[in-house]
Amino acid sequence: MKKNAYFGLYIVIGILLVLPFVLPNSFYMDLAIRMAINAVIVLGLNLLIGFAGQISLGHAGFLGIGAYASAILPTHFGWHPLLAMGAGATATAILAGLVARPIFKLKGHYLAMATLGLGIIINIAIRNEAAFTGGPDGMAVPAMGLFGFELTSDKHWYWVVALLLSVSVWASLNLIDSPFGRALRALHGSEVASQVVGVDIVRYKVAIFVMSAVFASLMGSVTAHYVGFVTPNLADFFHSIELVTMVVIGGMASVYGSLVGAVLLTALPQALATFEGWETVAFGAILMLCMIFMPKGLVPTLAAKFGKGE
Amino acid sequence: MSMALLEVNDLSIHFGGVKAVQNVSFSIDAGIVYAVIGPNGAGKTTLFNLITGVYKPTTGEIRLDGEAIHGKSPNELATRGVARTFQNLQICMNMSAIENVMVGAHLRLDRNLVKAAFRLPALKRRDAEMREEAAQLMAFVGLEKYHDARADSMPYGALKRLEIARALAMKPRLIFLDEPAAGLNPKETIEVDHLVRKIADSGVTVVLVEHDMKMVMNLSDRILVLDYGKKLAEGTGEEVRRNPDVIAAYLGAHA
Repeated sequence: MKKNAYFGLYIVIGILLVLPFVLPNSFYMDLAIRMAINAVIVLGLNLLIGFAGQISLGHAGFLGIGAYASAILPTHFGWHPLLAMGAGATATAILAGLVARPIFKLKGHYLAMATLGLGIIINIAIRNEAAFTGGPDGMAVPAMGLFGFELTSDKHWYWVVALLLSVSVWASLNLIDSPFGRALRALHGSEVASQVVGVDIVRYKVAIFVMSAVFASLMGSVTAHYVGFVTPNLADFFHSIELVTMVVIGGMASVYGSLVGAVLLTALPQALATFEGWETVAFGAILMLCMIFMPKGLVPTLAAKFGKGE
Repeated sequence: MSMALLEVNDLSIHFGGVKAVQNVSFSIDAGIVYAVIGPNGAGKTTLFNLITGVYKPTTGEIRLDGEAIHGKSPNELATRGVARTFQNLQICMNMSAIENVMVGAHLRLDRNLVKAAFRLPALKRRDAEMREEAAQLMAFVGLEKYHDARADSMPYGALKRLEIARALAMKPRLIFLDEPAAGLNPKETIEVDHLVRKIADSGVTVVLVEHDMKMVMNLSDRILVLDYGKKLAEGTGEEVRRNPDVIAAYLGAHA
């Protein structure tokens, strides 16, 4: 990892600073906020998938825990939204930590199946506990209050998520170029080699799984407060797949790839809306073409083509 | 009575009906170069895998400094100063050459996730020092020109040495080298020969599996000969060379 890896961070911050002044209307503002939220989740997921070489097909489940913690605890129990957010993240960390140990004894397809199952269980729980969650209809989420004033306008939310995104990019770059991050990448490269130099591989897999789950949970809370309404769709299987697709299209083991993947896949359904009933087909075709011609993902492929490593 | 650094007593491992290593005993004193030789399939790599914790023995015991270490995982053994290289390369191709060496120093660095994410100055400074040390290790094994290389762009011979540099980054007491000269040309083999000597001279106990007999005879203080998973002979190079069982196994004569 060279020093210039951080150069991209300045570009990201620059774009984030300028964006709200050039976006023509609130539709684009809303899109930008949702892109940034997804980008943070995908950054965390890419640490797990791209850098550590593990898989999770259940990450939307963790997002759902965060979102519903932020919906339920303030509504039914009168908790402060920030406290609810913390509780959601803690519950996610505990759940992810508990299931991760047995799960990471598995590899490949089995690991994929186990995480898939976990995500589906969380989704079913949300759908069935209608007394608390509103069931399939979802429920309203009270506004987030911060230091005495309520976060309601898109402008406020934009700056909050822009800050979160910048910090996440910075922290991800720091992490992959540290002893912890090298151990993660090493167990991806060769499990046995990393073990004989002293890496406790299960511990590292569990740690990064929990961390990426907590990222998802926190952003689930943010989504809930921003949108003001949560439905079980937030936590369903298709959303999990969508998040993994963002990682893969943007580029595995690429921090900036995560951002590109999140931005493109959040925008694409909007851009394809003109195709009317055919947008899913167009969406699928674009993904297929990307994978056929750029199997390593957009950013790594383009970086290699123009001779600039990340 | 002086205690050996490594003691192996009556060690066996069975894979189903295959007895890959059977009732092997030997001991290695600190500071020597110890070679394990034998025909292909004799159980040399299996023995390495047993001692370094990759396999669990079916029976028998392994002691390091008198402490039983059999059944411990490879990462626990790493904390006790045991390093190794692999016959079939185990290089992390998703990382740069120097990062592969830095991974070797895993246990010597602060591995805290939170400190890493916030790039605390102490951690950053230590990492920069480690990068410098890794560069010196690469020079030590003769890889200075690959300082900025990606691992997946390096030739086979260089990767073999990169494995040695990574193992040395652990600052081990005991290093297991599994066929360090396999697949190398004669010039590279001589260089590896010198490198192993340098490692031994730096005070690290070396255990070597190697097919190049000239190199083995040249370097080793003692030699263990395995055949079909059993110990055939053990002793100095001269003793082993004169042993009729060894001659029979290698030349196929009836002893």
